[in-house]
Amino acid sequence: MTAGVDLGQPQAQSVRSDEDVVRVRQLVRTVAVAVKLSLVDQTKVVTAASELARNTLVYGGGGTVEVTTVDNGRRKGVRIVFADSGPGIADLDMALTDGYTTGGGLGLGLSGSRRLVDEFEIETSAETGTRITVTKWSR
Amino acid sequence: MALNAEESGRLVALLGGHAERVTQRWTDIVAGSLRGRLSHAELRRQVEDLHRAIVGTGEQGAIDLSAESAGELRAALSELSRGRARQGFSATETTISIFALKDVLAELVQEAGGANALHDYVAFSKLVDELGLFTFESFVRTRESLIADQAEQLLELSTPVVKLWEGVVAVPLVGTLDSARAQVVMERLLQTLVDTGSPYAIIDITGVPAVDTQVAQHILKTVVAARLMGADCIISGIRPQIAQTIVALGIEFGDIATKASLADALRHVLRLTGVETARRQPRRDA
Amino acid sequence: MERVPILKIGDILLVSIQLDMSDQTAVQLQDDLAERIVATGCHGVIIDITALDIVDSFVGRMLSTIASISKVLDAETVVVGMRPAVAITLVELGLSLNGIRTALNVERGMELIAAARADELDYQLDDDPDAETATP
Repeated sequence: MTAGVDLGQPQAQSVRSDEDVVRVRQLVRTVAVAVKLSLVDQTKVVTAASELARNTLVYGGGGTVEVTTVDNGRRKGVRIVFADSGPGIADLDMALTDGYTTGGGLGLGLSGSRRLVDEFEIETSAETGTRITVTKWSR
Repeated sequence: MALNAEESGRLVALLGGHAERVTQRWTDIVAGSLRGRLSHAELRRQVEDLHRAIVGTGEQGAIDLSAESAGELRAALSELSRGRARQGFSATETTISIFALKDVLAELVQEAGGANALHDYVAFSKLVDELGLFTFESFVRTRESLIADQAEQLLELSTPVVKLWEGVVAVPLVGTLDSARAQVVMERLLQTLVDTGSPYAIIDITGVPAVDTQVAQHILKTVVAARLMGADCIISGIRPQIAQTIVALGIEFGDIATKASLADALRHVLRLTGVETARRQPRRDA
Repeated sequence: MERVPILKIGDILLVSIQLDMSDQTAVQLQDDLAERIVATGCHGVIIDITALDIVDSFVGRMLSTIASISKVLDAETVVVGMRPAVAITLVELGLSLNGIRTALNVERGMELIAAARADELDYQLDDDPDAETATP
């Protein structure tokens, strides 16, 4: 592959501090450029990654972010998995509502980033923590 | 489907040993199918390239089209199909250039005879099929990218963003707006605002026969995005049916300025920016 | 931790955000700016985000807070240079940046602040003119 990023090989970044959130943004940006997302789509997926990585840090007490390139035969895309072993999300429906927050934020992190990506999956429980998988496909 | 080293050895012997005759026959067969739309000399050159690539690959051992050693062969096949696709040949006319090799091989194998004749011919045939399919694939890919390019060019042609006045740009939208086109138009409009430093944009939809919810949403989002960037949008030329649709769909245009015509919209903007319209001033002769 | 520099140009504080800010840097900027407004007595703040390739809800909230704080300190804030892709993303995210004035570029931002100040001075014509000139 000619791209600087090794396609297919997931790249991990642990999220323990503010600076790590910045690193997640930069990593997602590099991969998004490599799979040739449009500028607007790059901006959307990086913004979503920033929101979700901050959630991992603030609500999940830290965790890991994994970025992979995906290919469904017709289009390429970026897949990002945010995992933490925090307390989980007690009321998922509420958490996905605009403006709802338990942490003093704007309450747009989850609901807003869901609108910025093409696929959004969330698994959460008090025992295993929270795992969010998002995918953005190139047009 | 690949040829093993022995089979490809025999193929190379056949093709290499009768190089002149193979290219001659091959060219003749292809020329017949294309009915003079490519010159004999050019066809011959293409056939020689393919011949060289096949023999070159076979000399390195087993022929496997997906292996690294077949790079040159793949390049030659792609080159051929790209050329044909651009020149407007059909898929059949393109792949036949490869399948013609079967006829040539049939003659050669028959002449050579021997215990392996049938086995070899079946194996060679399979290889040629594979080459043909590969050619077909890259023919289709070339055509698809040609179509995509043209669609993009069309999109650019159909969505001009023009400067109307100092600090005022306009997008006259004509024709059906689907979601993809609306998105492209809006991105271009916002970029033009930045490039020209214009704080006002007029979106004129006089030429748009209908809008659906998605398109209306796109226009609304653009207006909000422009506002975030520090620019104001005015929508002009809303037809009666579209006004009815907008109300029926319950789309809230809120405090977005709407004007009946492009001229009204421009007058509105000029009044906001404090430019006096000519009518009010006594005309002075030069 | 890196800090965002704040420049004083005439009666205006210019903040040009050039780096991918961590949340801490953003909070620090908020504090620094409030102090500089008071220390300089400036009446206008221009935050140039031309170089920012994303604005997420945290930075959005920081911008809103800065606008509110400076309003309390009698200074007008204008955010300038937002990129189209960033604006489109913010709309999708659902962030409206209420209460923030925006302009396309620094020049337009300065015009906006000048106009806002002119309006305000008109109202203050009847006031005692000496009251306004007490800056260190």
